[in-house]
Amino acid sequence: MSLGTLEWGRTSPAGRKTRSFGGLVVDVPLLVLLLLTASVGFVVLYSALGASTGLLLRQGLRFAVGLAAFFVFSQVPPRYLRMWTPWAFFLGIALLIAVAIEGEIGKGAQRWLDLGLVTFQPSELLKLAVPMMVAWFMHERPLPPTFLQMVTMTLIVMVPALMIAEQPDLGTAMLVIAAGGLAVLLAGVSVRVILGSVLLAGAAVPVLWHYMRDYQRARVFMFLNPESDPLGAGYNTIQAKIAIGSGGLFGKGWMNGTQAHLEFLPERSTDFIFAVMGEEFGLLGLLLLLTLYLALVGRGLWIASQAQDTFTRLLAGALSLTFFFYVFVNAGMVSGLLPIVGVPLPLVSAGGTSMVTLLAGFGILAAIHSHRKLLAP
Amino acid sequence: MATFTRFRDHWQEQRLFLTRIIAAAVIMVILSGVLVARLVVLQIVQYERFAELSLGNRFRLEPLPPTRGLIYDRHGLVIAENLPNWELVAIAEEIDNLDGTLKQLEELGLVDAGEHKTLRDLVRSHRGFERVKLSNLTEEQAATFAVRRHRFPGVDIQEALARHYPFAEATAQAVGYVSSISLPDLERIDRSDYAATSHIGKTGIERAYEGELHGHVGFRHQVVNAQGRVLYDPVAEKEVDASEIPGMPRSRAANPGNNVVLSIDMRLQLAAQAALGESRGAIVAIDPRNGDVLALVSAPAFDPNRFAEGISKADYVALSNDEDHPLFNRTLQALYPPGSTVKPFLALTALEDESISPDKEMYCPGEYHLPNQTHKYREGRGGVHGNVNLHEAIVRSCDVFFYQLALAMGIDNVANGLKVFGFGAPTGLGIVGELSGVVPSPQWKKQQFARAEDQVWFPGETINTGVGQGYVLVTPIQLASAVATMAARGARFKPRLLIGTKDAVTGEATWIEPTALPNVEGPTAAQWQFVHDAMVGVTAEPRGTAHGAMQGTAYKVAGKTGTAQLFTVAQDEKYREADVDERLRDNGLFIAFAPAEAPRIALAVVVENGGGGARSAAPVARKVLDAYFVAEGYVARDP
Repeated sequence: MSLGTLEWGRTSPAGRKTRSFGGLVVDVPLLVLLLLTASVGFVVLYSALGASTGLLLRQGLRFAVGLAAFFVFSQVPPRYLRMWTPWAFFLGIALLIAVAIEGEIGKGAQRWLDLGLVTFQPSELLKLAVPMMVAWFMHERPLPPTFLQMVTMTLIVMVPALMIAEQPDLGTAMLVIAAGGLAVLLAGVSVRVILGSVLLAGAAVPVLWHYMRDYQRARVFMFLNPESDPLGAGYNTIQAKIAIGSGGLFGKGWMNGTQAHLEFLPERSTDFIFAVMGEEFGLLGLLLLLTLYLALVGRGLWIASQAQDTFTRLLAGALSLTFFFYVFVNAGMVSGLLPIVGVPLPLVSAGGTSMVTLLAGFGILAAIHSHRKLLAP
Repeated sequence: MATFTRFRDHWQEQRLFLTRIIAAAVIMVILSGVLVARLVVLQIVQYERFAELSLGNRFRLEPLPPTRGLIYDRHGLVIAENLPNWELVAIAEEIDNLDGTLKQLEELGLVDAGEHKTLRDLVRSHRGFERVKLSNLTEEQAATFAVRRHRFPGVDIQEALARHYPFAEATAQAVGYVSSISLPDLERIDRSDYAATSHIGKTGIERAYEGELHGHVGFRHQVVNAQGRVLYDPVAEKEVDASEIPGMPRSRAANPGNNVVLSIDMRLQLAAQAALGESRGAIVAIDPRNGDVLALVSAPAFDPNRFAEGISKADYVALSNDEDHPLFNRTLQALYPPGSTVKPFLALTALEDESISPDKEMYCPGEYHLPNQTHKYREGRGGVHGNVNLHEAIVRSCDVFFYQLALAMGIDNVANGLKVFGFGAPTGLGIVGELSGVVPSPQWKKQQFARAEDQVWFPGETINTGVGQGYVLVTPIQLASAVATMAARGARFKPRLLIGTKDAVTGEATWIEPTALPNVEGPTAAQWQFVHDAMVGVTAEPRGTAHGAMQGTAYKVAGKTGTAQLFTVAQDEKYREADVDERLRDNGLFIAFAPAEAPRIALAVVVENGGGGARSAAPVARKVLDAYFVAEGYVARDP
């Protein structure tokens, strides 16, 4: 029992910003920001989908499922979550193996597990399970971690990440590494070790290159020089830049994006929806969206700073920063700052499981905040 | 620190964690700053560039074909025009079963069954939304399709302009035809100007004056999607005109080609074609006062409309393998020995260089020997002329006289005498494929043959040249041009088919001045008159070789018959055994100008395998001249 926890334990049962709805507890700022961001997303998506109400409704349904996950996870006290963490992690690893075996039989890329009614991507589970596992691992141990502990944490992160990269799903693997890695960083790895790792990572580039698939290599080449193949692999980047650039300060107006509506922009409702936003709503629209994202991350970091034990701190911090990583990687890739990796724009891109995972993550964040008082010292 | 047990310092951990969170937040803000900076660069700094690129994406320049200029004859009759035409087109993406659809169209006789595979591949090679032409339809076929249209989703009729030649065969050689642009054609055109054009002039006037006739492509902006499908016309939709955006080319209408006016007199052309009848041969008529080609007939001919409509490969092969060579323009591309038609030209030269005096008589025993040689040079048409002078030698076409005359002149004089009239060089009519013919000389022989023994010039060759046989070869256009020069007493003009152009929009005519060539200046007026009189004698004197053919003309004709031993067309010709005899007959030639005292028409007629010129070519010439002068209302005849 520490002074800190004592002091923090004084807050009223649900906290100032936590409301109770018939026994449900919810973090209102998070919920409001999520709803706002998703609303902006729906508006852009409606245009990107070519005014298709049916497709928009499906996205709405996914959001509803995600929101349900948000509410469910909001209710789970973090100590239960902590208890389940190893189970979730090893279940994820097992599922990855199952998918790999099935893929071996089915020949070709295999990311999905067919559960009869729904298909499920185990990699999505690991996006949450990996940072949870890191946080779980450090929970009982004093910070900062020892060298041996860092090696263990590296294994926790890299084993599932490499398995996902083998599928091959470089984007998700990167996100898993980001989520786990951020948790490790927040655990207090010394600056020297961070610098050393960066150097090591630099040395690992050739190894990574060796393991890349041809299409992944092409994407790197294309990032370095998109104009070299304007109708082939560089097409996406060029058309996305044209879409954003031609939007200007105020944009061409909702439903008026020619790049998107005349089908010049590929993947416009999924990975490249940021460009649709930029084309139709201009710099101002993008700044509004980025502000909403930063507010969400900010709320997450606030929650992390207010958390009372290592598990929740590390988890909250990692989840919040991973969300920012999502946004930055997607926006960076669409605007030509980063190579093209299959990372959707969170809460806006059309797509199934990632939306649910994301909102479940926010549910965990909300739970961490709402259940502070219930924490054991 | 690893040596002793670490105990938890919650304050320490809390502070470490907070430091990390703050560091992360700072990095996050920096990265966001980078991202925003990037967006500012794209959306503010480079906005103009990307806005332009975005417009370039959505606007496509749709080329508009120019209307091809019309071709008129000298009196304003339309020789080549553009008629609305029904085309059957297929739009692949709207057709479920392409094979089945084509079969049904074939059963209705709207599409050629033999082209089934070609058409199927053609449709498939286009993008789904493109309209692909399947065939041309007659009015009746269009009606047949129209009532069944509902059975053919994805098949449509569209109207287009197609080239049409109302006189068909009669103008095939002179006017030529247009046909689909081929790969070699692409080498000689500005491709961007032909972006919307499907046909190009292949032969004749259509090719020679392609530059005048074609016009210039126009274009308009259309909004397209990434696949190139035209979504709408921004101007028609009253949207912003893309031309007003900086960096976008302005849309403009196509500039129609100029109408061209030919020197051809269609009435005469038709009469000449009719006069030749079933014979193979050529007729060229030229106005000696300016070089205007009044008629240019090569027989047999072909229907140029078949090419304009799109001739099938089988039909084309049949045409090009036809032993009568209908595709071959005999007026420019056939080489004939001129036979006795060279005699007036040689007589003039001989008089000029005083190789002979007008009164000198020679005895014609019907054959000629070179001294110390046994080889007999026979009188071409047989017979013994007895004592003849130069006048009579032309009128009665005495070969023996001209054998000796040629020897007296020497081959160099003979050759020069022919060259000054334009023999041995293309006339420069401007139509592709014109040959230069041959005026032989010792020098020519040296160039022509590789082996030393072949290069020797024999006196016998001079003798042959003197009567238009041997190596000497002429084209009908050369012969007619030389006759025109003869008629004009040495005034030479470049033969021409184009006499003017008319702006298609304003109708304003631009007339082209005749091109004068260096005159034939050596002979005196009396010498010209001497030869003219002799040529009049050919038709007017009872013993003249063309007396029979030209009896009773209302105008005075100066002429000369010619008979040439068999020629070979400049291509390998296969004779069917059955008609070897007919095809081994002599070619008949006739040259003429009229009225003799003030010539307005000069004529060269060649009738292949017609036998003697007097019998075959002269009557044809008579019909042509009659047609010309009857139409002119010419009645008077100088006493």
